[in-house]
Amino acid sequence: MTPKPGGAESAAPVDPEVCELRLYVAGQTPKSVTALANLKSFCEQHLAGKYRIEVIDLLEQPQLARGDQILAIPTLVRRLPSPMRKIIGDLSNTERVLVGLDLRARS
Amino acid sequence: MATLASDLESPATLPGLLKAPTGIAGLDEITGGGLPQGRPTLICGSAGCGKTLMAMEFLVRGATEYGEPGVFMSFEEGTGELIQNVRSLGFDLDDLIAKNQFAIDYVHVERSEIEETGEYDLDGLFIRLGYAIDSIGAKRVVLDTLEALFSGLSNQGILRAELRRLFRWLKDKGVTAVITGERGDGALTRYGLEEYISDCVILLDHRVTDQLAVRRLRIVKYRGSLHGTNEYPFLIDERGIEVLPVTSLGLEHEVSTERISTGIPALDEMLGGEGYFRGSSLLISGGAGSGKTSLACCFADAACRRGERCVYFAFEESPGQIVRNMLSLGLDLAPCVERGLLRIQAARPTLHGLERHLVMMHKAIRDFQPRVVVVDPVTNFLSVATGADVKSMLLRLIDFLKVQQVTLLFTSLTHGTEAEETDVGISSLIDTWLLLRQVEVDGERNRDLSVIKSRGMAHSRRARELVFSERGIELADFRQTRGGGR
Repeated sequence: MTPKPGGAESAAPVDPEVCELRLYVAGQTPKSVTALANLKSFCEQHLAGKYRIEVIDLLEQPQLARGDQILAIPTLVRRLPSPMRKIIGDLSNTERVLVGLDLRARS
Repeated sequence: MATLASDLESPATLPGLLKAPTGIAGLDEITGGGLPQGRPTLICGSAGCGKTLMAMEFLVRGATEYGEPGVFMSFEEGTGELIQNVRSLGFDLDDLIAKNQFAIDYVHVERSEIEETGEYDLDGLFIRLGYAIDSIGAKRVVLDTLEALFSGLSNQGILRAELRRLFRWLKDKGVTAVITGERGDGALTRYGLEEYISDCVILLDHRVTDQLAVRRLRIVKYRGSLHGTNEYPFLIDERGIEVLPVTSLGLEHEVSTERISTGIPALDEMLGGEGYFRGSSLLISGGAGSGKTSLACCFADAACRRGERCVYFAFEESPGQIVRNMLSLGLDLAPCVERGLLRIQAARPTLHGLERHLVMMHKAIRDFQPRVVVVDPVTNFLSVATGADVKSMLLRLIDFLKVQQVTLLFTSLTHGTEAEETDVGISSLIDTWLLLRQVEVDGERNRDLSVIKSRGMAHSRRARELVFSERGIELADFRQTRGGGR
């Protein structure tokens, strides 16, 4: 069980002020394109109006991989609210993304 | 085209296979020049076997001695920790990093912090590594230890495919890579990294036998190159790693025809009139009190008189004791010590394992550059190792010294009157072998000396009586009264 701010239990969604998300990609690969599309539709559905997405292409800025400990591509990093969360993969499984972003309790 | 002689000097290598020297003492001799250049090498072993240090030294030597910058990608220890750990080996990573000859990237993987959903690859890792390599123009790379990925990521299928791609990518990059791996049950590495790295595999081992720790190294495979196949002891100390190879050249060293005095004119006379051959190995065996140390000291003294340096490894007596006792023979070793010609290095055999003794002897010899080395007595090592181990240690020492034409004298304590099996075991390594015996005749204990063998010279076949006095050691014919009884 991951503790939720506000004492919310079970499947109740957290209501963050604003969700700062960073998506790390390496060029326009199919996986990256899929991940970005999945992320956008996910955010519209679950975080409408309360999210910011920044896409970082490591082919252009390789030096940024180190700071967020990026290994896998694509990686989604939730920088805010803290603690930092990481989800790797093309984000095709909405349930896992909800869990990964602490929007749903881990089972 | 290499000559036959130089072919034998180093393990043969397929043409076109270039090697990256490690700079690690002894390792380049076993591998015939280093690790396969531009290819990955796997160094595996259990926890604490020294694989991280060996990988680190490979990079540091590469940067400092061969002008090849290196990247250390660590999956286990943080940057600060690594820098701290290798400082004890005299490696100043901060300095190398400041000079752009070294880069560390600490990759932190923690499964609990990562959620996996859908397809991914390890491009992030490739990009990081590529960026680090390009930023300093690295020629060498260490991944220590990649297996942390297996505990950090759950999708083994992706991971294995990506590892395969990683090793291909490293080859394409042309970097000489060292990948470390943890020893697994019944396999070289826990996650089977050896199936991806087929060019060169080195296995390290850290065993404790009879409460003495011994580190050993073995080249499991080296594609396209001959290599030493034995287990070689190695040591980690303040100068880094030192591997002790049996110098593979074996019997290819130069031989000298120069003769050097035994320090006892009458004994020189018995040995073809001129004494020992320079660079030969000598054995004096005998029971307790038969005069082995005295003969060895005479030989050391003679070397110093010629102005040559001598290292005397004493495993039974302290330096002070030896110097004092020799005064009774009119032999004053103190001036030799003061003039810096004689170094008496005493240690209890049980203080260290056999390998450590061998390493310390190597070091003393390398530092002091003697022409003559005495080991007194070699049999004391039997208290810390088996006969076979002692023999292999002597072989290494003899080879090491013969190459440099250093003359080596062992003494060996025997318990009976005749040469013992231990002596017989090493006799093939010995060029000149003297046997001392104590014989009781008419209520008087006498010492006698005979030459059991002496290669390459016409030596006396008669036993002579050893006479010790303040005038030194003299040899006498047996008195008539003793008849043929001996």
